[in-house]
Amino acid sequence: MQLIDQTLDQPLEFEKLPGGLATFRARTDSAGLLAFAAHAKSIGGRFVALWGSDERDRQAGFALHVAFALAEGLALVSLPLPAENPDYPDLAGIFPAANRQQRATFDLLGIRAIGTDCDNRPWLRHANWPADFFPLRRDADASRQFPPQPEDYPFVRVEGDGVHEIPVGPIHAGIIEPGHFRFSIVGERVMRLEQRLGWVHKGIEKRFESLKLHEGYRLAGRISGDSTVTYAWAYCQAAESLSGCAVPLRAQWLRALFLERERVGNHLGDLGYLGNDAALAFGLAQFMRLKEDWLRLNATLFGHRFMMDAIVPGGVSVDLPVGGGETLLAQCSAIEREVRVLKNIYDDHAGLQDRFLTTGRLLPKIASELSVSGLAGRASSQVWDLRQQNPLPPYDMLDVRVATHRNGDVAARVTLRFEEIAESLRLIRDIVAAMPAGELRATLPPAANGAFGVGWIEGWRGDVLVALEADGAGGIRRCHPHDPSWQIWPALEHAIMGNIVPDFPLINKSFNLSYSGVDL
Amino acid sequence: MLHMLKQIAVTGIKTETPPIADEALRASAQRLERAMLAKLGRALVIRQVDAGSCNGCELEIHALCNPYYNLEALGIRFAASPKHADMLLVTGPVTKNMETALKRAWECTPAPKLVVAVGDCGSGCGNSSAIFGESYASSGRVSNVIPVDVAIPGCPPTPLALMQGILTAIDGQAKG
Repeated sequence: MQLIDQTLDQPLEFEKLPGGLATFRARTDSAGLLAFAAHAKSIGGRFVALWGSDERDRQAGFALHVAFALAEGLALVSLPLPAENPDYPDLAGIFPAANRQQRATFDLLGIRAIGTDCDNRPWLRHANWPADFFPLRRDADASRQFPPQPEDYPFVRVEGDGVHEIPVGPIHAGIIEPGHFRFSIVGERVMRLEQRLGWVHKGIEKRFESLKLHEGYRLAGRISGDSTVTYAWAYCQAAESLSGCAVPLRAQWLRALFLERERVGNHLGDLGYLGNDAALAFGLAQFMRLKEDWLRLNATLFGHRFMMDAIVPGGVSVDLPVGGGETLLAQCSAIEREVRVLKNIYDDHAGLQDRFLTTGRLLPKIASELSVSGLAGRASSQVWDLRQQNPLPPYDMLDVRVATHRNGDVAARVTLRFEEIAESLRLIRDIVAAMPAGELRATLPPAANGAFGVGWIEGWRGDVLVALEADGAGGIRRCHPHDPSWQIWPALEHAIMGNIVPDFPLINKSFNLSYSGVDL
Repeated sequence: MLHMLKQIAVTGIKTETPPIADEALRASAQRLERAMLAKLGRALVIRQVDAGSCNGCELEIHALCNPYYNLEALGIRFAASPKHADMLLVTGPVTKNMETALKRAWECTPAPKLVVAVGDCGSGCGNSSAIFGESYASSGRVSNVIPVDVAIPGCPPTPLALMQGILTAIDGQAKG
């Protein structure tokens, strides 16, 4: 089939990928990829993810894979590359979000983006493994250990009268994941922020290749602990798509229940910390109390406070116990009542609103340019929500109401969280009311060598993509998980500009991005 | 302001009884002298270091400060600098990219210092201890990089398990 390509000289022939999602795949050459990317941009498409694979054992060199979000669904374009000099055209000129993913792909696989002004600085490799060691090559021995080396990373320098730099991290002042932030400031005002991430790179993609298809969900659920349900579902969706597994109805509804509970839990915590970062410790104490109540019920009903390993290939590992529905509904009412009281307090608190309003603005135009999705996108007029636009069952029956704002400041991201909690509580009630009886889990059928599937799930932070390929012997040939934080981190560099340094923790928290999810 | 006061009054005191120390969690003999522990009481300053975790452990460490666990009421608090800390609370398999930073934080922490390794992957115990493995990118458990006093398994450990591990590390009753 052809997708939105009437105006292209060489229309791409897309095939529908297996599974319930609207996902399509095409192969092309460099010129075709550039033309398609430019066209996708011109019709309001979004850059989702970029990764590579080693196909030399199939006498096919390497391959580059780029995923775009279009109104029709996910369009995945693959570009074969030669074994010698595996170069491809720089896409960052069209979609700036490609920059860091291209650099990470080079660090791991040795395929390089080429172009004028192309940023080829390392991203994941911090000189702790040699420059000619590419771990994702199939002949690379993952168990090799190298002595750590000091690195002198070329940050972009801001020159001028009175400009100085504040380096922060990798270890931050609070209980946060590690990353390095380089602020260039004049007085208190931030002229520029440059991020250097990759500190918690654990080699997850290579690790997947040592696992069986049916066991990869546990690693997927530990890519970013705060999104364990989202990742496990995305992984399982990919595994089920490529093997043609039909998930029982009840399991589908339970998955949605887990996903909405994960969303509410994270939003409750964030609202507490946002109050705290604006010096309202009362807000932290209250919201963390509600979050604790929420997590305790997860543990009571589903055996784990974050519902880790609750979603498994073929279905779910845990059922809603008898009488659990009433308990869930009672908690929804209690939390709704308490959140309403706290929202009124937040709304009426002049000091809090003074800190929230107009702080850390991400303008809709920049959010669009940077392919920002998820909560951060919706607070800046980017109305992307897979639960409504590319819904997996049971979301096709739930009619999700997407909340959106256009101010793009801390206040918008706070308000959005309040609205999304209310909507998720409504969805949980609908899910409990409509959940059918039946089986919890189907067996994952065997998959052929090269069988390929994707999972694409709207988590609390945004859309998580998992691309998965089977090796034909029950194992994983390649797995690429993509976190929405890839696109939102660069947006934070823009949102901080012109703000004062002391507002950075508040602005950073209002995005609450994953480090582990992008460092992999 | 009235609404806030009303909410505080309605909420009441939520803090629960803390767990007691568990010697099974101890990875190496108590290195602090009994007299010092007696003086210290439970006044303890912790520097948390994420050396490569998935951020699941961090969620539960955050929960320690919620009104239910209320760690600060025991005299235990978190500091921004290792130079102000008595204990490093370290999560994650130690990534190659964080190994140098972790060693520096440990060197900056004044002696006598305690190290508590958190989580299956950080402690090297439990069902998920090998989830990330040891590789070009990961040095594995915390004790592969710096000496560890107490190891708290769990994926992630619950706030109660975390509290128990921290209290074990400063338990003056232990022989050492």
